[in-house]
Amino acid sequence: MSDTLPARAWATALSAIVRREAFRFWQQRARLLSALVRPLVWLLVFAAGFRAALGLSIIPPYQTYITYETYIVPGLCGMILLFNGMQSSLSLVYDREMGSMRLLLTAPLPRWWLLFAKLVAGTAISVIQAYAFLAVAACFGITMPWYGYILVLPALVITGLMLGALGLALSSTVKQLENFAGVMNFVIFPCFFLSTALYPLWRMAESSRLLRDICAVNPFSHGVELIRFALYGQVNWASLGWSLLAFALFGAAAVWGYDPARGMVRRKG
Amino acid sequence: MSLAVTDLTYAFGAKTALDHVSFSVGKGEFCALLGPNGAGKSTLFNLLTRLYTTRGGRIEIAGHDMTRRPRQALARMGVVFQNQTLDLDLTVMQNLRYFAALQGISGAEATRRSEAAMDRLNIADRAKQKARDLNGGHRRRLELARALLHDPAVLLLDEPTVGLDAAARAALVAHVHDLAATQGLTVLWATHLTDEVRAQDRLVILHQGRILADGTAGEIAGDRSLQDTFLSLTGDRAA
Repeated sequence: MSDTLPARAWATALSAIVRREAFRFWQQRARLLSALVRPLVWLLVFAAGFRAALGLSIIPPYQTYITYETYIVPGLCGMILLFNGMQSSLSLVYDREMGSMRLLLTAPLPRWWLLFAKLVAGTAISVIQAYAFLAVAACFGITMPWYGYILVLPALVITGLMLGALGLALSSTVKQLENFAGVMNFVIFPCFFLSTALYPLWRMAESSRLLRDICAVNPFSHGVELIRFALYGQVNWASLGWSLLAFALFGAAAVWGYDPARGMVRRKG
Repeated sequence: MSLAVTDLTYAFGAKTALDHVSFSVGKGEFCALLGPNGAGKSTLFNLLTRLYTTRGGRIEIAGHDMTRRPRQALARMGVVFQNQTLDLDLTVMQNLRYFAALQGISGAEATRRSEAAMDRLNIADRAKQKARDLNGGHRRRLELARALLHDPAVLLLDEPTVGLDAAARAALVAHVHDLAATQGLTVLWATHLTDEVRAQDRLVILHQGRILADGTAGEIAGDRSLQDTFLSLTGDRAA
């Protein structure tokens, strides 16, 4: 065997990590079901109830009045990506406790690449789930322009990577599985509710300027807006920029956290 | 030297886990790293496998410095961890192929190596069995087969017989001794059980982060049993 692994070996490892994640997902098909039920309950129950209470004006990217169900579809795609990003990092904490993370981290490849491979694997599963949700939503008559379903792919990937990187960074700071449930509650719910997933910014501003400002800087809002615009064939450049910046920051935090010279692996336990 | 540890020091805050530890193991040598619980064996293994890094001291694997050339060093190393690291939902073959891929080995070469690894450890008939369905002894064999799949120069085993019955334990000890003798593999075997060490083995005794003895097991034990020697060495120091 040569001293350093060729570039092909990097791709081999990446593909094996993605396939392993896909295989695990296939084995836990109930996960797909629960991943779909959650947003569908929001779409079919919550949105139906709030439809009358929440009037929406015409705001980009919409060119006409829309129903509340249509408004929250991108937010619910984001919700799937958010839950899944956290769930993949939960499995990382589990992997670490069970030891398989050790096996991964002793592979003769750069650690950032191994973490990136984990991230890609988790994002691939998230994107499949988001598409499954869009398909079910379409069955209930909530449809987007046909080209939106294609153009939304890069938006889902970028948002999935950004939220996955957030989960990865969090997993490097959490020592035990039990602590992770708390982190999820403190991350998932504020991320989701303090965003544009359920209400547009102007609606939020009516009740509180502060809440509006928090929503505006929440990276999750930008992921949702990126998806929303992409579903209508448009690019929200500001959201794209913020999402990429957040991905870079969360990714750097994850690499820092998993650095053998510091971060979680250094701490005894 | 295939494995060289020089002046290795590591601390968790104010608590020193390893204190200027130095030893080296030559090609084809079976070196037992004997120490009671809390001696620093696991910290040493975490440093050897780069789960931790330290600026205090130096580790060299097959001529590669772990700090300057970590990937080359890791590529020459096979590891059997203390806790099992198998994916229980994957079959024996899938576990081996997953590991092969992490080492950059794919396709027909991965299949060939996986089959050879299973033959070597007599688990070929279980290729399609899920790791979850294997007993403790077979799981360990699979982990050993996996650790050897990429032809490492150095094999590290961290208390590999934990949880095994007497027969499986004896078989594993014999097999790894055989690997060192016949294939020139350098072995570092961490344990706290003296009956896993043979008189002609190289022995390093670690206690409270320091090396108490380094030589062949027979020489260190002298007229007494290794068990007695070990207890008197570590007992006296602990008192």
